[in-house]
Amino acid sequence: MTSVDLSTTIGNAWFPNPIFTASGCASSGRELAQFFPLHDLGGVVTKSVMSKARTGRPTPRMAETPSGMLNSIGLQGPGIDAFIAKDIPYLIEQKARIIVSIAGETIEEYSTLARKLRSVSGISAIEVNISCPNVENRGLVFACDPDASRRVIDGVRRTIGGELPIIAKLSPDVTDLVSIARGVVDAGADALALINTVLGMVINLDTMRPHLGGKTGGLSGPAIRPIAVRAVYQVHEAMPKVPILGMGGITNGRDALEMIAAGASGVSIGTASFSNPMALISTVQELKDLLSTKGFTSLRDAIGFAHRIERAQ
Amino acid sequence: MALINKNAAQINATIVGNQRVGQYHQLIINIGDLAQVCKPGNFVAISVGGETSGMVLRRAFAISRVSTSTTFGGTMELIVAPHGQGSRWLCAQPEGATLNLVVPLGTAFGIPTEPVQVLLVGGGYGSAPLFGLAEVLNARGCRVDMLLGASTAGKIYAPMEGKRAVNSLRIYTEDGSMGQMGRVTDPIASLIKAMDIAVIYSCGPMAMLSAINAITSKSDVIHQCAVEESMACGIGICMTCVLPVADETGAVSMLRSCIDGPVMDGAYVQWDKVGQPL
Repeated sequence: MTSVDLSTTIGNAWFPNPIFTASGCASSGRELAQFFPLHDLGGVVTKSVMSKARTGRPTPRMAETPSGMLNSIGLQGPGIDAFIAKDIPYLIEQKARIIVSIAGETIEEYSTLARKLRSVSGISAIEVNISCPNVENRGLVFACDPDASRRVIDGVRRTIGGELPIIAKLSPDVTDLVSIARGVVDAGADALALINTVLGMVINLDTMRPHLGGKTGGLSGPAIRPIAVRAVYQVHEAMPKVPILGMGGITNGRDALEMIAAGASGVSIGTASFSNPMALISTVQELKDLLSTKGFTSLRDAIGFAHRIERAQ
Repeated sequence: MALINKNAAQINATIVGNQRVGQYHQLIINIGDLAQVCKPGNFVAISVGGETSGMVLRRAFAISRVSTSTTFGGTMELIVAPHGQGSRWLCAQPEGATLNLVVPLGTAFGIPTEPVQVLLVGGGYGSAPLFGLAEVLNARGCRVDMLLGASTAGKIYAPMEGKRAVNSLRIYTEDGSMGQMGRVTDPIASLIKAMDIAVIYSCGPMAMLSAINAITSKSDVIHQCAVEESMACGIGICMTCVLPVADETGAVSMLRSCIDGPVMDGAYVQWDKVGQPL
C-alpha cells in the first residue's frame, strides 16, 4: 500500500489527520483518554462552553431512534472560567490539539467568551456553535437567522482578531443553508462545521407525552448522515475554498471518506463514540487504508473529489 | 484527579451460558482476566443487534457476579429482563455467540472496613448484583440480611446458591404470590429500630430507592444505592444519564450516573428533583 499524507488544515491551523471529536460527544476528554491517546486524533473539539456553569435540561435526556438517537442535554457545562482552569490544561498535558466550542444566549455572550479565550495558549481554533437545538427558546438558534448568524460571527471576529481560526457551526434545519454559510463567511468565519443535530421528537406511548424532558431533542447518528453529506456537498459546491469540518452519523473510515469526497477537510465523530469508544481512532486507520486502496497519496487530493468527477463528465 | 474507568476495556467476549430463570435470563460471559477487576456495583455496556443493526446504543447491565476460576477462565454473570428490543436480542443469543463489551464501568458498592450489620434491599431483577455483594460482605464478616420485592412471584430473582451468603432473606410481592404481601420497603423502618444496621445497600427501581432514602434519612444508617437512569454511552461522554446530586456544601449539580454512579450515597441524591429542571 502507498503511504498517505493524512494532514489537513482548517484556516491557518494544521492537524496531522482529519478525524476530530464532535462537540458535546467527548465531554472533557478524560473519559475517552482511557481508550486511546487523545494526541492520536486530529484534534479534540470540546463541549460547547457558555459564560456561566449550566445544569442543562431535566431527564429523560435521550431516546434511541432507528439508526440514531435524540439528545436533549441543554449545554450542561462548567462555564468558561472553570473550563479554562481545568479542562484546557488537561488537554494540553495530553498533547491534544484543541478546538474550543463556544455557545451563547446573546450576541454579546459570544464576544465575551471569545475575549476570555484570546489570551489562552494552546488552542488551535474556535468553533462558534450558533446552532444548538437544545436551548429554551428555539428563536435563539442564531443559525436559523441569517442576520443573527452574521452578527455573532462578526462580534467574535472583532474580539479575537485575526489569530485564531473561527469555525461557524451551522444547523441543517434551514431553508437555504448556502446563504447562511455565505453570510457567516462574509462576516469573518474561516471555516464551517456542518451539521449540528436535526431537531426531532419522540412521543412516549405509555405517558402519551413527549418522551424527552426538553420535549424536543437533536437527532444524531447514521440516520442523519445523508443530510450531512448533502449539506457539505452543497456548501462546498458554492464555496469550494472554505474549509468544512463535516459531521453527522460518521461511524467509520468509509463514512469519513464519503464526507471528505463531498467537500469536508476534516470529519468529526460524535454519536459513534457512544457505541464504540474506539470509533475515532479506528476511523483514522480505516480512512488511511481506504485512501491508499483508492490510490490517493494525500488526503487533500480527496477533499471535494465528488465534485470533480461531476465536472469531468 | 482519579482516572475515569481505569480498569475498563472494550473486548469481544463469548457467551458460555444462557438460561431462563423465571422471567429473566442468566447470561454467563467469558471476560478473562477482567473478571478480577470487576467489583459489586460495576456494570457492563454491551453492543446489541449485530453489525447491521439500527440500534446504535449500547445497553448497560449490572454485573451480578464474577468468577475468576471457572473452567472457562474468568466469567461474569448478568441477569437480564427481556423487556426491550435490545435486551430481547441479547437474551436470544446462544452459547458460543460473541458480544462486544466495555467492562467494568462505574462505581462499586463501598465495603465496610469493620464487620458491621448490613441490610440488602432489591427490587425485581435489581436483586441480582446484591448476591455478589453479599458474598463479599460475608467474607468481610458482616451480618447480611436481605429483603427482596417485586410486583409478582415471577419477577423475584433469588437463586438458591445466592442465599448461602445471607443470614436471612425475606420476600415481598405486591400481589402476595410469593413471600409476604406488601412492599419491600414496609419492614425497613422497624428493622432499623430492632437491629444495629450500619449500611443499607439497595438496587432496583428509582421509586424504591427514593422510598428507602426517605426512611434512612431519619436515621444514622448509610444508604448506598445503585441508581438507574437511561444511558447512551456508559463511559461518561454523552451526558444523558444525569441525576441531581448535592455536594458537601449543599450545591446541587447534575452528575452522570455512569461514572459518578451507579452506586451513589442516597443521602446526597436529590430524589424530589429527579426529572425536574434545576
